[in-house]
Amino acid sequence: MKKKYSIFALIKNSLSYHENWQRAWRDPEPKKEYDAVIVGGGGHGLATAYYLAKEHNLKNIAVVEKGWIGGGNTGRNTTIIRSNYLWDASAGLYDHALKIWENLSQELNYNVMFSQRGVMNLAHNQHDVRELKRRTHANRLNGIDCDWLNVEQVKKFCPIINCSPNIRYPVMGSTLQRRAGTARHDAVAWGYARGADSMGVDIIQNCEVKGIKRNGNSIEGIETTRGFIKTQKVGVVAAGHSSVIANMAGLRLPLESKPLQALVSEPIKPIIDTVVMSNAVHAYVSQSDKGELVIGAGTDSYISYTQKGTHEIIEGTLKAILELYPIFSRLRMLRQWGGVVDICPDASPIISKTSIKGLYFNCGWGTGGFKATPGSGHLFAHTIAKDEPHALNAAFNINRFISGDLVDEHGAAAVAH
Amino acid sequence: MFIIKCPYCGERDHSEFSYGGEAHLVRPKQPTELSDDQWAEYLFMRKNIKGLQYERWNHSHGCRRWFNAARDTSNDKIHSVYKIGEKPNK
Repeated sequence: MKKKYSIFALIKNSLSYHENWQRAWRDPEPKKEYDAVIVGGGGHGLATAYYLAKEHNLKNIAVVEKGWIGGGNTGRNTTIIRSNYLWDASAGLYDHALKIWENLSQELNYNVMFSQRGVMNLAHNQHDVRELKRRTHANRLNGIDCDWLNVEQVKKFCPIINCSPNIRYPVMGSTLQRRAGTARHDAVAWGYARGADSMGVDIIQNCEVKGIKRNGNSIEGIETTRGFIKTQKVGVVAAGHSSVIANMAGLRLPLESKPLQALVSEPIKPIIDTVVMSNAVHAYVSQSDKGELVIGAGTDSYISYTQKGTHEIIEGTLKAILELYPIFSRLRMLRQWGGVVDICPDASPIISKTSIKGLYFNCGWGTGGFKATPGSGHLFAHTIAKDEPHALNAAFNINRFISGDLVDEHGAAAVAH
Repeated sequence: MFIIKCPYCGERDHSEFSYGGEAHLVRPKQPTELSDDQWAEYLFMRKNIKGLQYERWNHSHGCRRWFNAARDTSNDKIHSVYKIGEKPNK
């Protein structure tokens, strides 16, 4: 049984110099057989295991992770959470996640540092203004909070934005989702890991999947670097490496994996208390609790699994940042990194059964999966447990690429993929 | 960041080039006779290989010609380039 984190536990453990805290999760050897195995120990995978155990009463579950938990894209994103998507299906999916975020720290007894500081999406031309106003209306019809701000209101809400009409791409207004914000990415993975572990889920790190064993059209188990694990249900949540796993099962997916970069500046005093995104000039920025500016750049155009992008992408993003925020001109960047993101042709995810019985995929989150972590895990757990999708992820099935019923969020997502 | 050897112009920085995705995808000869499955396969499904991949590039800030490359997507190393219509060196 896990001991609860509380102010009393903090005081008690401080008396023994914090040397006797209980382990947050075990480090078990893989068992011979599980009822379900989740491939990928990122936020989405750990959340899936958590909800499988909590809401679907499956107790014999393993999460296998080739590295360490939360070391992939969960630890490489810019932590933005919002649900202001255009289409009904996306609005349902992302707002489901946002509603879970709102109570997640209490639910997990783990501070995920969810901060509803608001997310702005800037408009820089007449077309942007029309598109973003349309999105404001669409969001409101779907019960999602969204305000339209004119230039004066933008300046008031975030004073450091350069609202001069004389810049190359002047600010002409902005949407604002006040319920949106950021969270602490590591804490989400660790909180779900601790929660899942306390319900008996085995989290097996340093365990890479090497093959998927099929008997005809059903799953028999997985080959891993730590031996064969027998199971009839495999849920793959492997982000950039989804196609690699699909290939082992003889499946093809409509994905391309590309490097996506982000960077942080040296820490400074609080200067920006919201998240500002701009699709047209591709720049988005927020400030972490440590004081670093967290800046998201774009993807490179070509397929690569290298976890490093090219310098031009960063240069383009920083040019846009400097025009929008001249005050940052002498700020130094501290770190830069890349992650491999799996992008669907319609820029929407896949949370779906496959043509193989017992094999499920949760992939294609592209450049924006972090925000959906709790909702994605919740819906994927439902899909695996019931062997059919939840109403909220029915539209995100893999067959939409055959039927043509795409959820095209290329224009509606806040930054271009 | 890597150097690409254009078969027409020689070695240039990759920023002069535009990516054209997986190579050797042949447009179906009889589109009207394809099933939805086959269309999806042609339009959307990709190998997305981690390892040696055959792909198309366009020297868009140079000679503007298309060609193919064999590149290892796990380390971005280009093994060979060859012209459109040619077969890759195995």
